[in-house]
Amino acid sequence: MLISAPALYAILLLAVPLGAIFLFSFWTQDYLTLITTPTLANYQEAWNEPLYGLLLRRSLMISGAVTVATVLLAFPIAYFVSFHVRPERKSLWLFLITIPFWTSYLIRVFLWKVILGYNGVLNSGLSGLGLIDEPLTFILYNANAVVITLAHAFAPFAILPIFVALERIDRSLLEAGRDLGETKLMTFWRVTLPLAMPGVVAAVLIVFIPTIGDYVTPRLVGGPNGLMIANMIQTQFLKLNNAPMGAALAVVAMLFVSVIALGFVWLNRKFLRVKQ
Amino acid sequence: MSGPIISLSGVQKYYGDYHALRDIELDIAEGEFFSLLGPSGCGKTTLLRTIAGFEDASDGALMLSGRDMKGVPPNKRPTNMVFQSYAIFPHLNVAENVAFGLRKHGLSAAQKDAKVAEALAMVGLEGYGGRAAHALSGGQRQRVALARALVLQPKVLLLDEPLSALDKKMREQMQGELRRLQRQVGITFILVTHDQEEALIMSDRIAVMFEGRIAQVAAPQTLYRRPETSQVADFIGVMNFMPATAQMAGESVETEIAGLGKASLAPDQCPGGVATGAVHVGIRPEMISLVFEGEEVKAATAKTTVVEQYYYGDMTYYDVALEGVEKPITLSMKNIVGRPVLERGAPARIAWDPRALVLFSA
Repeated sequence: MLISAPALYAILLLAVPLGAIFLFSFWTQDYLTLITTPTLANYQEAWNEPLYGLLLRRSLMISGAVTVATVLLAFPIAYFVSFHVRPERKSLWLFLITIPFWTSYLIRVFLWKVILGYNGVLNSGLSGLGLIDEPLTFILYNANAVVITLAHAFAPFAILPIFVALERIDRSLLEAGRDLGETKLMTFWRVTLPLAMPGVVAAVLIVFIPTIGDYVTPRLVGGPNGLMIANMIQTQFLKLNNAPMGAALAVVAMLFVSVIALGFVWLNRKFLRVKQ
Repeated sequence: MSGPIISLSGVQKYYGDYHALRDIELDIAEGEFFSLLGPSGCGKTTLLRTIAGFEDASDGALMLSGRDMKGVPPNKRPTNMVFQSYAIFPHLNVAENVAFGLRKHGLSAAQKDAKVAEALAMVGLEGYGGRAAHALSGGQRQRVALARALVLQPKVLLLDEPLSALDKKMREQMQGELRRLQRQVGITFILVTHDQEEALIMSDRIAVMFEGRIAQVAAPQTLYRRPETSQVADFIGVMNFMPATAQMAGESVETEIAGLGKASLAPDQCPGGVATGAVHVGIRPEMISLVFEGEEVKAATAKTTVVEQYYYGDMTYYDVALEGVEKPITLSMKNIVGRPVLERGAPARIAWDPRALVLFSA
């Protein structure tokens, strides 16, 4: 009976919404009436309509690029804090890293518009320095802007798990690597990096899974060519009044994310037998 | 034997204001089993890490098989280390751990496998190559760490308190095995330990360190019987210190020891140098014995009272008070058949041999 309260809580918050989406995806919408006869029509449309495929592919590409950029930028920061910051200063550094999060997500996205815009901070700065003649346009209202904005937004989520993995590495292992004849760089490659991989995989999942479902950033900075699958799902639910189609697209997106996430977990287990 | 394989001269190490190594002068011969012994914080591990290349000496020279090691990183030194934590790579299995350092040796896969198998056999882990690192016991981890270092055939093997994490039985077994292994491979072993018994059992020579300084370097028997300072004597085993007055009488030193009486000491009984006036004289507990009724005694005797008795099974230790001396002295007796164990408060006659005495300047 003790387990029932948390279980009920979990069911209400997780299983019921998921189940509802799943159920909806097999129904159809006929203008104002919801037809509850089970059908695969939504999935057929998702498969046949090229726009959905395009949006899904773009979402995967953008999320992938965000993930790669975020993790590659987060690793050196996590490494620096873990290996080069004095132990008593580490909490302070982690605290400072989270400071951008004190402002709302929406405000940060708008700030990126200010930075990346046609007359934005970046362009006026560069032209002021005489480095460019006319403003750069490839940095706002397209996929690049989405990648930059999301990579910045998710940086701490990538830094923290990598930092934790690095902190857990017994420093005598690195000395053992040196002692057994390897240079600092090779010791990093053969000891530090493999042992940090659980943190890297965690960071990949933490960044990849939410970014693929993000619709605020693409809406605000993505322009027409930066829209993602979640924008379409939102449109189906709120504008086209076609909840079943939106639900079907959501299920498809979740399926892709699950397959990719499981792939990462499997890779981690298979090739990086790190057991603590 | 050619010149020393390791030679340290005037080595100093500072951490900020803290003087961790003071004026280290030390030569270690090839093939020697050498121990650095001392209480925690005495600098023994710093000295070992300086030899390995993890610490740079602030001053002085370190020669390793004739080469100056100044600025040489650990990966370029002919030393390998067994770490206190063993530092077994958790992402590699046993064979991969042992083969870690062989990458640059230009061996074929088959040659590498053969070397790894040979090293594992040497430490008694045949067939463990495929084991995951986390599936090993403490003793097995230590053997893997040994194999991983020995497979590279270093000139010097450095061991940083390798037995401190093992339980007593395992530790005693490994002490014997390490000694046997060292004789078998003939490599110079340098062992860091705070356990004086371990150092005595295993080493050819021992350097005793206090507060960054080497107090004495000697073979185990010399160290035990003829410690140069009272600090060394006190750290190695148990030593009774008794106040005495000393004066020269030709070659020998005549002493008057509180509670024991007169004794004449030969020059070799003053390993720290001859001293006169107010001194201390030391004697080990096993060099004093109780005299039971009917026993014939050749040595000098004294009257005492048993203050405390400690029964160990094979031995009994007694604290006995000499007449007119406040501080009791400790003696030990083997519990052989027919020998009684005295109770507290019992009168006891003790016998001691003046040849067992050591003189320390006060």
